[in-house]
Amino acid sequence: MERVFGRPKGLTELPFHYCPGCTHGVIHRLIGEVLEELDIIEETIGVAPVGCAGFSLDFFSCDFVGAAHGRAQAVATGIKRAMPDKMVFTYQGDGDIAAIGTAHAIHAAARGEKITAIMVNNAVFGMTGGQMAPTTLSGQVTTTSPYGRDCDIFGAPIDFPKTIATLNGAVYVAAVSVDSPKNIVQAKKAIKKAFQVQQKGLGFALVSVLSTCPTNWGLSPADSIKWLQDNMIPIYQMGELKATEEVKAL
Amino acid sequence: MSKVLMKGNEAIAEAAIRSDCRLFFGYPITPSTEIVEYLSKHLPKAGGTVLQGEDEVASINMCYGAATTGARVMTASSSPGFSLKQEGMSYLAAAELPVVVVNINRTGPGLGGLGPAQSDYFQSTKGGGHGDYRLIVLAPSKGQEMYDFTMQAFDLADKYRNPVLILADGFLGQMMEPVELKERPPAELPKKDWAVGGCRGRAKRKIASYALTNEVGEAHCKHWEAKYADIRDKEQYWENFYTDDAEYLLVGYGTCGRIAKSVVLNARRQGIKLGLIRPISLWPFPEKAFADVKNKVKGIVTVEMNAGQMIEDVKLAVECRVPVHLCHRQGGMLPSETEILNFTAQAFNLALPEEV
Repeated sequence: MERVFGRPKGLTELPFHYCPGCTHGVIHRLIGEVLEELDIIEETIGVAPVGCAGFSLDFFSCDFVGAAHGRAQAVATGIKRAMPDKMVFTYQGDGDIAAIGTAHAIHAAARGEKITAIMVNNAVFGMTGGQMAPTTLSGQVTTTSPYGRDCDIFGAPIDFPKTIATLNGAVYVAAVSVDSPKNIVQAKKAIKKAFQVQQKGLGFALVSVLSTCPTNWGLSPADSIKWLQDNMIPIYQMGELKATEEVKAL
Repeated sequence: MSKVLMKGNEAIAEAAIRSDCRLFFGYPITPSTEIVEYLSKHLPKAGGTVLQGEDEVASINMCYGAATTGARVMTASSSPGFSLKQEGMSYLAAAELPVVVVNINRTGPGLGGLGPAQSDYFQSTKGGGHGDYRLIVLAPSKGQEMYDFTMQAFDLADKYRNPVLILADGFLGQMMEPVELKERPPAELPKKDWAVGGCRGRAKRKIASYALTNEVGEAHCKHWEAKYADIRDKEQYWENFYTDDAEYLLVGYGTCGRIAKSVVLNARRQGIKLGLIRPISLWPFPEKAFADVKNKVKGIVTVEMNAGQMIEDVKLAVECRVPVHLCHRQGGMLPSETEILNFTAQAFNLALPEEV
C-alpha cells in the first residue's frame, strides 16, 4: 500500500510522550518538516531545555544536547562558536527562556548569535504541574496563583518576543500560534524563515509559538484551543514583530 | 630553552593556547582577570575565539556547549564567580564533558577580599554543585606549574571525559616568575566518538544527563563511581620533600606547600627532621603518599589558608594513627616560615636551638 502521510524525516519514530491535546507535537512536526525541507537534518544540532520538552532530544533525528534549565541559549552559543558552519537551534518553553533563562536569551540576541530559538508559550510551567510563569495571564489560576494572577503582586505577563525584538542583534522575531490550520501554516513559514536566517548568517532569530496545556489548564483539548484563542491571542502581539530588510529579502 | 617572565595567570592562558584550546568563555573577576585579558589579546591571533559571557553561569554553559562538539575549551574565575559556575560543573560532570576550569581562589565567604586563600578546597574536592560527582583538581605552587598543569589538565579532561579544575590563589595568579614555555607533550588520547556536530554518515548522537527511570539513574551513578575509582587509582600526584627520614611532616599545597619547603630547610638546620608532602592532585587526594609515612612519623602539621579543610583528608589518609595539627592563616593572609616552624615546635614539644 502506498504511504501518503507519515512523519517527516526530521523526527524519529519514537512516539511522543506529551499529554493528549498538547500542541508540542504539532510544533515538533513543523520543525521536523523544516529540517527535512531545508535538507539540514545532518547539519543541525538541537538544544533541549528542562521542562516538558526536555525529552525532545529523542524526538528529533538530528544531533541533540540537553541543557540545564534556562541555559539553552548559552549552550547553543558555545556549540555555534565551536562549529560556526553548523545549524543550531534551541527548543524552550516560556518558563525556560523567559524566566530562569532570560539573561541568556537577551544576551544571545544582543550578540546576534546565529542561532534559531523556538519558544513555546503555554502560559504555565507545564512539567512541574502548572505553576505561574512570567507569561501567565492576569487573573489566570495556576497552582502558585490559586486566586488568579494578581498583577499588583506579580506584575503583568511578559510579552517576551517584543523584548527580544528591541535588540539590534535579533533580526527576525515572530509570534505565531498552532490553534488552527491557517495559523499552523503561518507558524511553519515563520519557523522555516528562522532557520533560513541562520543559514544566511544574518543574526539571531526567535519564533514564539502559542501552545496549549490542557492538563494544567484543566480543560479538554478542544476547550484549550478556544481558551488560547480567547485569552492568549488578544494579549500577545502576533505576527512578524521584526524582520530586517535582509530578512525580508530572503 | 629560554624562559619568559610572566604572571601565573598569563602562564595558564599561554599554556591553554599551546594546548590547542581555541575557545574561552569567561567573565572578569579579580584576581583571575589576566587570564581572560591575555586570551582576549592572544587567542584570536591563534585562530581562536574569546567570548565574554553575560555572567559566570552563561560562561560555564557556553563551555558546556562547546565541549559537546569535542572542542577543547576553558573558563577561568575566582571564588564568588566559581560559586556561580557550580550548576554548570555538575552538568559537565554528568554529561562527562572535558572542560578545563580555573579558580584563582580569593577569600570568602561572600564577596570576601582579593587576597590569596585556600577556602574553596571543600567546594573543589568534595563536589561543589549538586549530585555525587568529582572534579580532577590540580594545585600548582609556582608559575611553571601554572603552565605545566594547565597542559596536563587538558589531557586529563580528554582522557577521562571529566571536567578538570586548576585551583590556585591570587598570590600565584598575580606573581611574576620565569616560565619555560614548553611545547605540548605527546599524549595518546581517546577519540571523541561521542561528540555532536551533525549526524552525516552516522547515527544521531545526544548528550544529556536526564534519567527519570531510577534503575537507569543508578546505572549512570555506578558508571561515574567506577570512573572516579579508576581516576583515584591512577591520577594521584604529590611531591615528597625530605620525607625519607622525616620524623615530623608538614602537608601543604599550592602557596602553602611552597612556603613549607623553606620551613623544612630551616628546621633541618636546627636538627629537626621535618619533611613535606605537597599534594598536587587535591582530588584524587594523594592518599598513597601517606601509605609509607603513617607508621613512621610522629606528627603532622597541615599548613592551610583556611580554617582547616585539607586536614580532614590528611587525617583520613593516615587513618588517624598520627596526631595531625592545623597551622593556618585566613582572610588573605599568608602563614610565615617562622610561625609555621614555631607552631610545629610547640605542637610536638620540639626544642628550637636558634631563636626564630
